[in-house]
Amino acid sequence: MSDSPNESWLVRASTIRLLWRVSIVVLALTVLAQLVVKMKGYFGIDEWFAFAAIFGFLACLAMVLVAKFLAIFLKRDENYYNDGLDDD
Amino acid sequence: MTELLSPALILVVSALLTGILRGHWRAALILLAPIVTLWAVWQVPDGVMATVSFLGYEIEPVEGSALRRLFATIFAIMAFAGGLYAFRHARWYELAAAQAYAAGAIGVCFAGDLITMFIYWEMMALFSTIIVWCGGTPAARAAGIRYAIMHLLGGIILKVGIEGVAVHTGSINIQPMLASNFDTWMLLIGILINAAAPPVSAWLADAYPESSPTGSVFLSAFTTKTAVLALILLFPGEPILIWIGLYMVMYGIIYALLENDARRILAYSIVNQVGFMVCAIGIGTQTALNGAAGHAFAHIIYKALLFMSAGVVIYRTGKTKCTDLGGLYRTMPLTTICGIIGALAISGFPLTSGFVTKTLVSQAAVDQSLMLVYFLLAAASAGVFLHAGIKFPWFVFFQRDSGMRPKDAPWNMAAAMVFLSLLCILIGVFPTLFYQLLPYPVDYQPYTAGKVVFYLQLLLFSGLAFFLLLPLMRRTRTISLDTDWIWRVALSGAANKLAKLFSDLGIRIEAQSSARLIRLRDYTGQFFGTHSKHKDSQDGHPFRSQPIGQTALWIAVLLSAYVLVYYL
Repeated sequence: MSDSPNESWLVRASTIRLLWRVSIVVLALTVLAQLVVKMKGYFGIDEWFAFAAIFGFLACLAMVLVAKFLAIFLKRDENYYNDGLDDD
Repeated sequence: MTELLSPALILVVSALLTGILRGHWRAALILLAPIVTLWAVWQVPDGVMATVSFLGYEIEPVEGSALRRLFATIFAIMAFAGGLYAFRHARWYELAAAQAYAAGAIGVCFAGDLITMFIYWEMMALFSTIIVWCGGTPAARAAGIRYAIMHLLGGIILKVGIEGVAVHTGSINIQPMLASNFDTWMLLIGILINAAAPPVSAWLADAYPESSPTGSVFLSAFTTKTAVLALILLFPGEPILIWIGLYMVMYGIIYALLENDARRILAYSIVNQVGFMVCAIGIGTQTALNGAAGHAFAHIIYKALLFMSAGVVIYRTGKTKCTDLGGLYRTMPLTTICGIIGALAISGFPLTSGFVTKTLVSQAAVDQSLMLVYFLLAAASAGVFLHAGIKFPWFVFFQRDSGMRPKDAPWNMAAAMVFLSLLCILIGVFPTLFYQLLPYPVDYQPYTAGKVVFYLQLLLFSGLAFFLLLPLMRRTRTISLDTDWIWRVALSGAANKLAKLFSDLGIRIEAQSSARLIRLRDYTGQFFGTHSKHKDSQDGHPFRSQPIGQTALWIAVLLSAYVLVYYL
C-alpha cells in the first residue's frame, strides 16, 4: 500500500491512517456522549458507562471465536457436495 | 361476485400474460400489474368479504385487516421493484414465475381460512422452485429439487395439521391458537419449515444462492415472510417461538461469519432477521407483533436491496465468492452506495428502517422484563452489523483490489436499487408515518437520545471489533456443513450401501437360481428323456429367460434407488 498517485485515494496509506484516526475520535465521542445524555437503563447494568460499547465489542469477539471454533468441525472444501455433480 | 376475488388474482393474470406478450408490452405489464395490485390491496376493507360453501367448509377467499394489508403492500411493492430490476435481464418464464410467486404470497395475506391459505402456500412452493431452477446450472437444478422436496414435505405436514384442526374443531378459520396438541403442532411445524427454522434452516442458504442474479431478489422476499405472517395470525404468543427465534438469530450470524459466497452470506442473514421476527411473535404482545410485522416490512426492502447489489456484481463479473471479489467500489459507485445503505439498514443504524423496527422488538422484550432475551437480541444486533453490515460490503466492494473493473448497474437495476434505498431512509427518518401502517396503535418513540447513543456505541464498537479481528476472518474457499449433511451425505450414503447390498444379493440369487434351474432341467430331462445329463446343454431358451427377467427386475430396483438417492 504505497502512496502511488495512480492508486485510488481510498487505499492510499495516508487515507487509511486518516480513516483510523477519524474512527477512533468518533468511537470516543459516542462513549463520551454518555456524560451528557442520560442513558435509560432497563435492567440496571445497561446504564453503566460505556456498557453498550463494551457489550457490543465483547459480543462480536465471542461470536467470531465461536464461529472459529465451530469451523474446526464444520468447514469443508467448497466442492465437498459438488463431487457427484460434475459427472452430470 | 367481485368480493370473492383476491387482489392476488391480478398477478396471476399478469403471470399468464407474461408468456404471451412481447417487448414493451411485457415490460409495461410487469411494471403496471404490481401497481394495480397495490391499489386493489388497499380496496380490501377489514373483515371477511364473502364466504362460499365448498365440501361443507366455509371458504373465505378474502379477509382484510391492517396486518394483512401491510404484508400484501410490501409484497406488491417487491413485485414492482423486483420486476423493475429484472425485466430486461431475466428470461420470460422467470418473470412469469416471479409474478405467480408474488401472487401466492399476496393470496396467503388475504386468505380467511386454512384451505385457501394452503392453496396459495403451495402455489408459492411451486413457482419459487421454478425460480431456483432458472439459475440454469446443474447445481441450481439439484438445489431446486432439494428445495422442492423440503417445501412439499412442509406442505404435507401443514396439510396434516389443517386436516386435524378441521376434523377436531370443525373450523378452518384462521384464528390465534397455541401448539397444544398434535394438529396444532403439525400446523406450527409446517409453517416453521417455510420460515427456515431449525433444524431445517439449511434449505434457504442451499437454494437461494443458486438462483439467477435476478431470481434471488424475488426469493428473498416472499416465502419466509409469509411464514412470519402466518405465525402472527395463528401462533401469536406461543412461548416456544421466542427460543426458536433466538436460535435462528445466532445460527444466521455464525454461519454467515464462516461463509465465503456473497449471496450465501445474505441468505444466512435472512434466517437471522426472520429469527428477530419469530422471537417477537413468541413474545406476543401488541408491541411485539407490531415489531414483527414492521420488521418484516423493513427487512423485505433492505434484504432485496442487498440481493440486488450482489446481483449486479454477479451480473457484471460472474463471480460470487468473497475470495474472488474486492475493490469494486472504483467502478461501481452506485451499487456500492446502495449496498452500504442496505447494510446499514439491516444493522439497524439510526435514520434507517432497521432502527425503527428492530428497536420495537427490543422494547417488547423490555416491557415483558425478558432480560436474557433483550441482551441476546442486543448481542445479535451487534452480530448483524458484523456479518452483514460490514462483512458483505467490505469483502465485495473494498478489501483488496481484485483487478476487475466492471461497469456499474444497468439503468433499470440502478433505478430499482435507488427506489429501495430511498424507502430504507424514508422509513428510518419518518417512523411515525410508517407506524400508522402497523396493525396495533404505536406508543413508541425510537429516537430518544439514550437509545441512539446506546445503538451507536453498540454498532460502532462492533465495527471496531470487525477490523481488529480481520486476520481471524480471512476468507477461505470452503463451505460449512449443516443439518442437510444428514440427507445429502449420510442418508444418501446409506441408501447407496443398501443399493449395493441389494445388487450383490441379486447377483447371488441369480447365480443360485440358474444353478437350481440347471438342476431342474437335468431333473426334468431325466424324467421326460428329452435332454441328456450333459453339462453343455445349458443354452435352452426356456431356461435362460427367467434369470434375465430377474436381472431386469434388480436393475429396475437399483435404478430407482439411484434416482432417489441422486435427487436427495
